[in-house]
Amino acid sequence: MTTTTLDQAHPAKRSTLVEWLTTVDHKKIGILYGASAFIFFLLGGIEALIIRTQLMGPNGTLVSPEFYNQLFTMHGTTMIFLGVMPLSAMFFNFFIPLLIGARDVAFPRLNAMSLWVFLLGGLFMNASFLLNAAPNGGWFGYAPLSSRQYSPGLNMDFWVIGLQILGIASLAAGVNFFTTILNMRARGMTLMRMPMFVWSTLITQVLVLLSFPIITVALIMLMVDRTFGASFFSVGGGGDPLLWQHLFWLFGHPEVYILILPAFGIVSEILPVFSRKPLFGYSAMVFSMAFIAFLGFGVWSHHMFATGMGPLADTFFSLATMLIAVPTGVKIFNWIGTTWGGSLQLRTPMLFALGFIAMFIIGGLSGVMHSVAPADLQQTDTYFVVAHFHYVLFGGSIFALTAGAYYWWPKMFGTMLSESIGKVHFWLMLAGFNLTFFPMHFAGLLGMPRRIYAYPAGLGFEVYNMMATAGAFLLAISILVFMYNMWVSARRGEPAPADPWGGATLEWSIPSPPQEWNFTDEPIVTDRDDLWAQKRAAGVRTLPEPALSDGKGIHLPGPSWWPLIVAIGILIFFIGFMVPHTYAFPFGPITIAGFLLTTVGIFKWAYEPPDANATHH
Amino acid sequence: MSAHDNAAQDGHSHTSAGKYVQIAVILFALTALEVLLYEVSYGELSHAAGGLTAALEPWFVEILLILSAMKFWFVAMFYMHLKQDIKPLSWVFGFSLVIASVVIVAMIILFAYTRGLFWADVPW
Amino acid sequence: MSSTLAHDDAHAAHHTSLPVDNRKLAIWTFIGSECLFFATLISTYLIYKDTHAKGPGPKDIFEVPLVTAGTAVLLFSSFFVVMALNGAQEGNRKKLLGWLGATIMCGLFFLGMQVYEFNHFYHLGLGYTTNLFGTSFYTLTGFHGTHVAIGTLWLMTVFKDALKGRMPPAKALNLELAALYWHFVDVVWIIIFPVVYLMSLRS
Repeated sequence: MTTTTLDQAHPAKRSTLVEWLTTVDHKKIGILYGASAFIFFLLGGIEALIIRTQLMGPNGTLVSPEFYNQLFTMHGTTMIFLGVMPLSAMFFNFFIPLLIGARDVAFPRLNAMSLWVFLLGGLFMNASFLLNAAPNGGWFGYAPLSSRQYSPGLNMDFWVIGLQILGIASLAAGVNFFTTILNMRARGMTLMRMPMFVWSTLITQVLVLLSFPIITVALIMLMVDRTFGASFFSVGGGGDPLLWQHLFWLFGHPEVYILILPAFGIVSEILPVFSRKPLFGYSAMVFSMAFIAFLGFGVWSHHMFATGMGPLADTFFSLATMLIAVPTGVKIFNWIGTTWGGSLQLRTPMLFALGFIAMFIIGGLSGVMHSVAPADLQQTDTYFVVAHFHYVLFGGSIFALTAGAYYWWPKMFGTMLSESIGKVHFWLMLAGFNLTFFPMHFAGLLGMPRRIYAYPAGLGFEVYNMMATAGAFLLAISILVFMYNMWVSARRGEPAPADPWGGATLEWSIPSPPQEWNFTDEPIVTDRDDLWAQKRAAGVRTLPEPALSDGKGIHLPGPSWWPLIVAIGILIFFIGFMVPHTYAFPFGPITIAGFLLTTVGIFKWAYEPPDANATHH
Repeated sequence: MSAHDNAAQDGHSHTSAGKYVQIAVILFALTALEVLLYEVSYGELSHAAGGLTAALEPWFVEILLILSAMKFWFVAMFYMHLKQDIKPLSWVFGFSLVIASVVIVAMIILFAYTRGLFWADVPW
Repeated sequence: MSSTLAHDDAHAAHHTSLPVDNRKLAIWTFIGSECLFFATLISTYLIYKDTHAKGPGPKDIFEVPLVTAGTAVLLFSSFFVVMALNGAQEGNRKKLLGWLGATIMCGLFFLGMQVYEFNHFYHLGLGYTTNLFGTSFYTLTGFHGTHVAIGTLWLMTVFKDALKGRMPPAKALNLELAALYWHFVDVVWIIIFPVVYLMSLRS
């Protein structure tokens, strides 16, 4: 560090492609997460549009029943694991270091590995379409339907192995962000001074760390069943299909909080800024979020009321589920309390945040309806459930993520998104969303089952399905408007100041976009809404625009190829399990090659001198 | 990293070899007790130690769990240095253990219940 | 943020909010996550341990002496590795290499015992898919063995560093991380030994 020579200080200019492939900068990684997740999100959206077109009228014939199965399975899997989770990860990556006043995450190269593993896993799973063998057993892959006997093709192998790969990315990111948040905070930033988005990320990572190992084991067992003919989940060999359901939902229920808690955090950042008053009930918000996460491990069986677990288990899980409404209600109360009496500025991020509250309340209410086991028996596997979870996942997560995109876009790219186009986007999306999913409540209560590729005429489903299809296309138009807005911003967007919204948190104290080292001077935090406290102390509404610095003397980790190479090794390792096993030894040559590549990569990585290619300024 | 940070991070470096030896002795004693308990309850000694067998056998699982929990505790506290290290490390491990135990206990209860092993006669 | 630090302080990058190294916090986080991995495997074993309509069950094949030996070896290794850590922190290379070498031997011995055990059970008629008791037993103990193998490999790389004189006391954390993982693998066995072996042998 102190022995930096001039040669090292100015390494040879790398090509842009190499720069992005070897980057360990959390901001670049965040942008890569966002870009890939958005493309996967569009893919999942196209799948949804095909589904809606097929169901537009009775007896649809657009796609075959087999392809329909692939569509709804991939739609769910894509939106959850390749859409919402990595879109949240984009914000974790870009903004957690900025919000806590750090120059990077705790383990920059591990962060890069998470990205590449996620991206390769997502591409791997979608590559199944090229073989006409996309997963077709539903996003929760219920055994024994997903066992070799009933899913003989490669379809569910893609699903099992794809999820296994994606789990590695999530777990690595979980360790990384948990460590970063606990250990990399700026001086003076105590836990109870952390911005709410940081809290939500921390709690999300706890959920990831404790729930993903469960699905990892469940997927291993399913793979063993499929590949080696074991019978963990098949009745013939003494297995119990209920075990799969329990393990899946032991993971699956925390997973839905992994999808929604970051949204809670984003909205909790946006509402105070555009209400011009601090978040109402900060500590209640923190504790209710922690309580939701904790309870999230004790309610999984409410997904399984229809399996006949018996009255005692049903009662327990009903009550636990109802209990979750309490901390959730506290949060909604506090969001409304934040806006109450504030001087509201209805800019686009605020509109989406308010839309989130309204839509999430609707989704939350139908969620409480499911907690009543006898009522749930009527609703299970109908479109009522589809309506419910789209209200929390689209009306909740996607609205909040879009709010976050509008809020943080200026910081990420240095240009503003258009307010007028943004408002068109919001109203189109709100209308399209409700037109798509509200009628599904009625279709579901009339008894329309989920996952059917066609329905006969005369059951009263027609009008609701027609509305939903029209709404879906309206939603698609709203996404096109959003893309147009991004394009306009990239082409001729108004340059963003450091602090376009009058923000309360540290990211608005540095230039837009941030320089590579984020903070030229490491911040010292004295207050919960630290930037507001600084402005109050200075007696100004906006602080002067921060000057760009040359970053002299700041030491940053250098780029590395090894994260990408390890990610490729992991992908090859898992692909090896797709090959039919004709060996007495369970590991084929592909698996062994992948294992070797991964191991070599890890060793090279571990022994890579910390200052190799380091950027000194 | 200041000298103060260094001292805090390496605070456990003063654990003496003697302490480690003590813990090792305790761990072996506990393991021996576990095996002995098994032999007395069901194994080689179950015929010889009639009265003892009758006294211990009904509590076999409970005693065994307590013995292994003690071993677990000694390793975590002294070999993994949780006793000297900062509290957050204990919280991370402790909370994970709580959730892990919840999973194991819940699965045992749920499967025993659905297989009718207990609570099958609850009238409702 | 009223005052700022001189930004040319190269060490500022190493400031941590808690008085603990990032890597140590991370390994503990990972160990916490692993708890759930093994909890799931152990639950599955407990659910299926009596499912052996075909082939042998636990009482037909488990042998207390063999597994007690394996348990003792793992306990020994936990003791050895803290002694090695002690040596590393004191800068006593000889002590470090000796105890660490003994730890690695224990790891290899345990793996050898497991290979022998699996082979032995296989010849007693318990293949991987013979019955669910066998599948869940092999999966649980097999993944534990995989962890032992990874831990042994990790300790070997530390050993190699120490041999080349790259383990000064300032780098003792490198060994401590591996040791923490190693102890965790040991405590998992502390659970597996009574729960999987002894309890399944009850008549």
